Amino acid sequence: MENQDIVLQIKDLQLVRDERAILRGVNLTVRRGSVHVVLGLNGSGKSTLAYTLMGCSGYTPDAGTLILDGVDITKMSITERARLGLTLAWQEPARFEGLSVARYLSLGMKAPDMARVRQALEAVALDPATYLSRYVDESLSGGERKRIELAAVYAMQPKLAILDEPDSGIDALSLDDIAALIHRMAEEGTTVLLISHRDEVVAMADAASLICEGRIVDSGDPAWVCDRYTHCCEPCDRREIVEEEVAYA
Amino acid sequence: MPDQPVPRHSPRPPQARSDFEAILRAYERSGGNPEFLKSSKIASLIISGNTVLGLNRLPGISAEAETLPDGVRIRLQIAPGARFENPIHLCFGVVPAEGVQRILADFDIGAGAEVEFMAHCTFPNAMQVQHIMEGKIHVGPGATMRYKETHYHGETGGVEVLPKAQVTVDEGGKYFTEFNLSQGRVGRMEFDYVVDVGARGLAELTAKALGYGDDEIIVRETIRLNGEYARGLAKSRIAVRDHARSDVYGTTEGNAPFARGHVDCIEIVRGHAVANAVPIVKVTDDRAMVTHEAAIGAVGKKELETLMARGLDEETAVDVIVRGMLGE
Repeated sequence: MENQDIVLQIKDLQLVRDERAILRGVNLTVRRGSVHVVLGLNGSGKSTLAYTLMGCSGYTPDAGTLILDGVDITKMSITERARLGLTLAWQEPARFEGLSVARYLSLGMKAPDMARVRQALEAVALDPATYLSRYVDESLSGGERKRIELAAVYAMQPKLAILDEPDSGIDALSLDDIAALIHRMAEEGTTVLLISHRDEVVAMADAASLICEGRIVDSGDPAWVCDRYTHCCEPCDRREIVEEEVAYA
Repeated sequence: MPDQPVPRHSPRPPQARSDFEAILRAYERSGGNPEFLKSSKIASLIISGNTVLGLNRLPGISAEAETLPDGVRIRLQIAPGARFENPIHLCFGVVPAEGVQRILADFDIGAGAEVEFMAHCTFPNAMQVQHIMEGKIHVGPGATMRYKETHYHGETGGVEVLPKAQVTVDEGGKYFTEFNLSQGRVGRMEFDYVVDVGARGLAELTAKALGYGDDEIIVRETIRLNGEYARGLAKSRIAVRDHARSDVYGTTEGNAPFARGHVDCIEIVRGHAVANAVPIVKVTDDRAMVTHEAAIGAVGKKELETLMARGLDEETAVDVIVRGMLGE
């Protein structure tokens, strides 16, 4: 693979939290323009990988290198990473009292564009007339909040979007809708790193990787990785001893 | 003796014209739309210092304004059953750098009436200004009163604001008030509202303020749920930074069967600021229930990092969160 074809390269990424090794040498290459799925059981280190990639506090790697579009971002702040084109749709997005959906979606855009905001809401099957003036607060259901999170990422037009379990929770987008959204993102040049424990998501992937106990254990053809996940991980008798993933606080 | 009201279109002497224009400009800076104060279709009252610059009544509104040495006494009555297409606009201000303005307000909302007030208090040049508001408010049976007050104090911190109100909400009445002081320096503010709520009545008090420099914010919100099924919410949203200080005392009493009340206080602290919250809940009837929540601290990490992941720097992200919380 040529360097210009690679949008993200993770080399030997290690993270220890509370004296526990959560990421134990992750190596992963994500091709530009692809939809790359990272599959793994609960507690395998998926979300930790997402927070570490984004640069969240408490997720500073103990070792390893992160290269985004040829730039070493390992020591960069969240803001610097975001300005280079990396963003994250949280599995359980934060809520903001008094912040309207319209404003929230505009925050990540290079220039405010209400047409783009409307387009982003439509892309997650929300009616702009209903949602633009609502607040990104407790009045939204968990599913509505997740859709708005995805809309915000879409509106931002990042180089690489990390989507952490975008389909989980009641009232969340269906897999078909997520596939349609990812297709639209790809058309606009966004590479997607999709993190999930559901093997169905590989249907929308160009590439897939399997994460287990903080390591990428397989990467390649989505169908093959899915098969490994279904036949090796799900029945794995070691899953009980897999350390619990550190919840994002 | 009550002053003669100043009709909107009456010729004003040159000094009054100048004051009127100055207060309109200040009103605009505090977020008001001066056109509302000029419209004959919108009820309004404009007071600069102790001078009534404008008073526009509409059918259903009875209003008197009496000049005091250091302020104005207002008596305002809303006729029973009255409804209005637009809010009543109030503008209080002191344009010079120094002065005292004492507003003694007596509002009586007739049974079944529905009325909304939009008040703007503006002290754009204040170096040493004291604004005292002593309100006596009666919301009649089945009536609804909404009162929103926004302040603009300039940037020197030379204002002392003492809004104080005693409110009575009769059976089935509803009273909503929102006080917002988040533009310019606070100076010193001591907000003190006490509301007595009758059977099936409702009271919601919200105080929002942003303090910096050496601003001092004291909020006392007291709701006494005295009638059956009375409901109340005492809510405050305060943000302080630098060396500012905030003290919030939210009190709700459940004194009658099936009364329901809640105290909800959030304070965000940055720098060397100090925040103190004292939610007080008191129940004297075993069928009443009152709850409270208070959170003081820095901006939440997850909220902050979510906005930073959109490309905002930390300071801007904090500002967006705080401004959102304060309803701007």
